[in-house]
Amino acid sequence: MQQRQNHTASPSRTPAKNDPPAVQAVLIGLTLLFFAGFIFMPLALVFSQALSKGWQLYLDAIREPVALEAVKLTLLTAAIVVPINAVFGVTAAWAISKFTFKGKTLLVSLLDLPFAVSPVIAGLIFVLLLGSRTPFGSWLGEHGIKIIFATPGIVIATLFVTFPFVARELIPLMESQGREEEEAAITLGAGGWRLFRMVTLPNIGWGLMYGMVLCTARSIGEFGAVSVVSGHIRGMTNTIPLHVEILYSEYNYTASFAVASILVFLALLTIGVKTTLEKRLEGSHNTRH
Amino acid sequence: MSIELRNITKRFPGYTALDNISLKVATGELVALLGPSGCGKTTLLRIIAGLETADTGSIILENRDTTNLPARSKNVGFVFQHYALFRRLNVFDNVAFGLSVKPAAERPSKQEIADRVMHLLKLVQMDWAAKRYPSQLSGGQRQRIALARALAVNPKVLLLDEPFSALDAKVRLELRRWLRKLHDEIHVTSIFVTHDQEEALELADRIVVINKGKIEQEGTPQEVYDHPANSFVYNFLGNVNVFHGRVRNGKVVLGQRLPDEHRELNGHEVKTGQAFIRPHDIGISRIRNGNNHPGVIRDIRLTGSQITLELESAGFDRPIEAEISRESWRNLELTKGDEVFITLDKVRVFTGDFEI
Repeated sequence: MQQRQNHTASPSRTPAKNDPPAVQAVLIGLTLLFFAGFIFMPLALVFSQALSKGWQLYLDAIREPVALEAVKLTLLTAAIVVPINAVFGVTAAWAISKFTFKGKTLLVSLLDLPFAVSPVIAGLIFVLLLGSRTPFGSWLGEHGIKIIFATPGIVIATLFVTFPFVARELIPLMESQGREEEEAAITLGAGGWRLFRMVTLPNIGWGLMYGMVLCTARSIGEFGAVSVVSGHIRGMTNTIPLHVEILYSEYNYTASFAVASILVFLALLTIGVKTTLEKRLEGSHNTRH
Repeated sequence: MSIELRNITKRFPGYTALDNISLKVATGELVALLGPSGCGKTTLLRIIAGLETADTGSIILENRDTTNLPARSKNVGFVFQHYALFRRLNVFDNVAFGLSVKPAAERPSKQEIADRVMHLLKLVQMDWAAKRYPSQLSGGQRQRIALARALAVNPKVLLLDEPFSALDAKVRLELRRWLRKLHDEIHVTSIFVTHDQEEALELADRIVVINKGKIEQEGTPQEVYDHPANSFVYNFLGNVNVFHGRVRNGKVVLGQRLPDEHRELNGHEVKTGQAFIRPHDIGISRIRNGNNHPGVIRDIRLTGSQITLELESAGFDRPIEAEISRESWRNLELTKGDEVFITLDKVRVFTGDFEI
């Protein structure tokens, strides 16, 4: 695709150039208008609201212990969820792209379940499964293990919501790369671990990172599922999005937007990393033999 | 190292890929597995390498049963159709791979590995490319690296799966001759798979013709070319004219008039069969001699060193293709539309099990 575009990019043949200037202007204008309305304006609004009462209040809102706890919990959740999902994603993608087995199609369809189902329902499933009123939940309670309305519940809900990202990214990449390099490594005497470390992992490296970035972004921003299982205990089970919501519902707009700006920063960071990785990833697709 | 395959059978859902194949390859031999695509030849190669497992049968490498050995312990070199070089490793590391993944106790020192890799790269004439990456090399160069990589671990046998089929015609020819020379130097027992009869004829010590999971014939290139065991082999090895013939009272009926000197068959029933003759075995003459058929030249094509004539003859259901040298073409002064006489003495007929 990329190459074809390059070849046909001579000015006279590019269709858009043949369109009347008016059409061009309208299309570009509409796009810009959309961006302005739905992206630039809200972004600006977040920061203007956050800073509306000056830097001091902004910094106070961020440095407040409860807010810091929320940031900590969010980062902790991401730090647990992303590696687990990376391992799971690589395993699932490997199984799906390199082997044929019964129920494979079903597995691929189920992989999309977390995207298809509303996060609130995802959260509720875990409450119904592990809550204190269920046999398993009460058994856990008797042994002093608290999952729902505690950090483990938040981690589990986030795991569920974000598990497709890595696998979804890797399956097409691994399918396009085929099995031959692994087979070559096997005939040369490489065992499973060496094969993975020296051949498979380098080949999927950028794709894996890309999937992990998406996974990180989602696990930091996840609201619905986490909201159901967290119990909203201030300074204990509140992640950043939950904290923003609480502050907002308490009419504490400035603090709410200040904390929200942290999320915006994280999102912008994610986009930056993602864009860099996308370029690399294109490279790893193109170096196919 | 000699290889012996005993009664290898492999079934996939819906068809039998290999049907009770037994084959011996002597030490230092270069054997071609030749057959149309889907005939099972690649499956057989992958079974020898351990990349697939046979349903039944065994593989003996130099008197040792390796049937149930995992692929990584078989110590065979495998060269893939699409090279399968490690794209994230440079040429040097690709060739060094097999040595550097050996368990610590068996692994040569860094210096030894480097020496061996450079030696192999010189052998395949690629030592200048040690620091390059596979994507920076041409197809022919990649395949030579793949060969060096397979040879690095001193494999007992070298298996090549359609090694030249992804290359363009000129490179294919070059690399084929180069591989033959290399094999004469290093004498590693090798099996290569191909669907290209020319490649098999030129490169192999021995050809094994496979069709539908069964061995049709094995022998030296000359044996299988000059004495095909059956109609399939005849058809598969080179261009051929096929006529529908009939055997009536022990005589071949081919077109209207037949080469009369064909031996008699005892049967009296009428059998249909196929008559085969290679284009270069057809004689073209300006003079009638009672034994040849009249025909008309419909087309003359220059195919490199040869001239291909398309002839039409009364009684033959399809055009006859004949190949003659440029010299006889000049001597006979043939042009389109000329009437000539066609000699089909070398025709062979296969009717079911019988051959005349």
